Amino acid sequence: MKQKVAWGKIYLGLVFIILYAPILYLMIFSFSSGKTMERYHGFSFQHYVDLFADSRMITIVINTVLVAVLASLVATIIGTLGALAIKETHGSWRNSLLSLNNVLMVSPDVIIGASFLIFFTVLGIRLGFISVLLSHIAFSIPIVVLMVLPKINELSPTLVDAAYDLGATRWQALSRVVLPAISPGIMAGYFMALTYSLDDFAVTFFVTGNGFSTLSVEIYSRARQGVNLEINALSTLMFLVSLALVIGYYFVSKHAGRRQRIVAVKEGDAQ
Amino acid sequence: MKKLWGALLGIIALCCVLALGDYLMNCQSNGSSGKTLTVYNWGDYIDPALIKKFERQTGYHVDYETFDSNESMLTKIRQGGTNYDVVVPSEYTVQRMKKEHLLAPLNHRKLSNLHYIDPQFLNKDFDPGNKYSVPYFWGTLGIIYNDQKISGQDVQHWEQLWNSRLKNNLLLIDSARDVFAMSLITQGNSVNTTSYAKLKQAQRHLQALTPNVKAIIADEMKMYMEQDEAAVGVTYSGDAREMMSINHHLHYVVPSEGSNIWFDNMVIPKSAKNKQGAYQFINFMLQPENAAKNAEYVEYATPNRAAKKLLPRSVTADQQFYPPESTMKHLQTYKDLPRRVLGEYNDLFLEFKMFKK
Amino acid sequence: MRQKAMFIVPYALWIVLFVIAPLALIFYQSFFDINSHFTLANYRDYLTSATYLKMTLNSVWYAALITLVTLVISYPTAYVLTQLQNRQFWLLIVILPTWINLLLKTYAFIGLFSRTGSINHFLQFVGLGSHQLLFTDASFMFVAAYIEIPFMVLPIFNALIEIKPSLLNASRDLGATSWQTFRRIILPLSMPGVKAGIQAVFIPSLSLFMITRLIGGNRVITLGTAIEEHFLTTQNWGMGSTIGVVLILAMFIVMFITGDTREKGGRH
Repeated sequence: MKQKVAWGKIYLGLVFIILYAPILYLMIFSFSSGKTMERYHGFSFQHYVDLFADSRMITIVINTVLVAVLASLVATIIGTLGALAIKETHGSWRNSLLSLNNVLMVSPDVIIGASFLIFFTVLGIRLGFISVLLSHIAFSIPIVVLMVLPKINELSPTLVDAAYDLGATRWQALSRVVLPAISPGIMAGYFMALTYSLDDFAVTFFVTGNGFSTLSVEIYSRARQGVNLEINALSTLMFLVSLALVIGYYFVSKHAGRRQRIVAVKEGDAQ
Repeated sequence: MKKLWGALLGIIALCCVLALGDYLMNCQSNGSSGKTLTVYNWGDYIDPALIKKFERQTGYHVDYETFDSNESMLTKIRQGGTNYDVVVPSEYTVQRMKKEHLLAPLNHRKLSNLHYIDPQFLNKDFDPGNKYSVPYFWGTLGIIYNDQKISGQDVQHWEQLWNSRLKNNLLLIDSARDVFAMSLITQGNSVNTTSYAKLKQAQRHLQALTPNVKAIIADEMKMYMEQDEAAVGVTYSGDAREMMSINHHLHYVVPSEGSNIWFDNMVIPKSAKNKQGAYQFINFMLQPENAAKNAEYVEYATPNRAAKKLLPRSVTADQQFYPPESTMKHLQTYKDLPRRVLGEYNDLFLEFKMFKK
Repeated sequence: MRQKAMFIVPYALWIVLFVIAPLALIFYQSFFDINSHFTLANYRDYLTSATYLKMTLNSVWYAALITLVTLVISYPTAYVLTQLQNRQFWLLIVILPTWINLLLKTYAFIGLFSRTGSINHFLQFVGLGSHQLLFTDASFMFVAAYIEIPFMVLPIFNALIEIKPSLLNASRDLGATSWQTFRRIILPLSMPGVKAGIQAVFIPSLSLFMITRLIGGNRVITLGTAIEEHFLTTQNWGMGSTIGVVLILAMFIVMFITGDTREKGGRH
């Protein structure tokens, strides 16, 4: 049994190496004194110095993260409600709803981008932060639904019924029984939505305007001149910050979890 | 549930912090008169110091937005919803925009620096009399090769690319017009042909090239050539310049029998809100010392004669990027073809890509 | 009842505004040629052109392969993750790489895979000699799977941690080997996750376009590439939309197949 776990860990280690190899590669070159990701030219902080002097780039980063965090939040809320709604439907209704849900996932970004652009201009919505935010919410919803739905399906109906039998209101049943049970799915949905939003180029390109830009748009439009290592430096920093956030969040929640348990034990003592 | 609430609060707090940061950054850069000028250009295609200088000189705030292809830029301008004051399209797109009445005619009296442009780059087919556009940078389509893998003598002309010595060693640029151009030129045809028979003939000739073609790619060709992945590539002079600055074994050739010459141009769309500022910006970019500074940053060939004089001789004497007169006279610009013909170019190109050796 | 309606409103609104409206637009456009005349020619061209049919088969084939490769890598990964102590943390570590820009990561892969790149250095070092890695089906599939792994791991992981340990213990107590336990208990119970993963990977893989060029060197042409070209280069939105409609139909078919079996799976 122990041996099996060891093999598993080796396998996982390999997967991690693959997942992180290109990122490590990017990071190493952010410290190269050369101009591109080709041959390593000796250690230098030059690209970081350039980055901090580039106020345009810093604005773009703030915009990008703001859109991603906010759009994912709204998409998660709407998507979770949508998944709960889909659960209530049956048979062919359910299948068609699910198919509609997935339309945006199968449509290539150019089509989505172009049709959103037409849509926004017809409605007279000013292109910029709002239009980008709305689009990101729109294309992140399906993945949230896909992440949350299996969790809801696993939820046994008797549990919810029991809550109602015990006199719970709809809100109580939702907040005390359903949401806690599906929270891993919700979290997963949020993180996937973040991924979609941070990585999107084509849709954002079409619906942005009036001086608003995101990191992906900037990176892709630099491809003709060659993406310079300032972008690597930026990615390195963003990656390290997210890593720190994830680790920090993890320790905080673990700590909080322990405290809760202690409180629970004390309450038990008091009784 | 507590965890969910905690996450929700954390996210909202983060949003507030970011919005505040955004606001502060805006305050910092919007400090001056408050009037903005929106420039729509390729990414990293201008020396940022020049934008700062322009802002200082005129008091405008410059919004610099970027695009990654002429076509996607065109879609945005056509659809409206946002207003750009100065845009930098390539020549065939200038022609298209002109046809679609998207451009404002230029008042040459407001462009006092226009006379710095070399006359050979003015009054071209795509915009007679430069009624709508002012050249920004120019370049060519040509052959880049690695002298460690092949001798320069073997890649002076398009036809030599068909030599079986280059088997699986050739990278092509992913663009129907450019790939067909080289095939059309070898057959003595115009790069702007609208004859389907000639196109079909060019395609057949291209299919004979497939054993040599290693891949058909775009901007990433830079990385591939820099990393010695192939011996020869067909690409634009701008990209070639970048590659050569990294890998010193690379050289660029513009075949003397003819090739494509392209221009990126500054234009003012009809929908521009700040035309006054747009003229000021174009004039500013035409000023020899600014144009020279920009050319040093971007490293493309400048059409500005006075600026060229300010550049180091090692740059301007380089025949790879400023080809001799004998080659220059064989270079052709692309014309904007009817959409039906463009469709034929692209369908035939798609077939060529799917053609298996 | 009113409360229930409130629930659905934002989602329904989203479906109407951002799904049905664009869908109608695409469908409408697919009936027009480049001169904005109403026509059925786009569909006729699509169905009679050997190029497009070949491309469609290619797309389905590669999408299926990519999904399979991703599944084969992701299932054990998800399984091992669930066995770890700090599993939520490690799961986040799996997702984290997706937050780095895709174009940059692809450039890094070019650097790693090139003839003078790190992988070939390593191969030479162990005496396997240098190989052409780029522009091969294998490298294309590898990078595509790389991109999709987190989208597969996550739903499977979520399904696996739901399996009650008591079930596994019961199975073991009843004398089942670990293979039997896996086949009879773990696998069926994780099926909803696997299906969600397949949907999240297969469907977008049909319209992959960027890496077909960057890593595949345009040797693999998918429907996504063709749509890209029609919308941008040729500006023939009619034909582009027609292919879009085909893709959406393909998606409905996939959904129909996986949706049907899902309900059966749920009854187990």
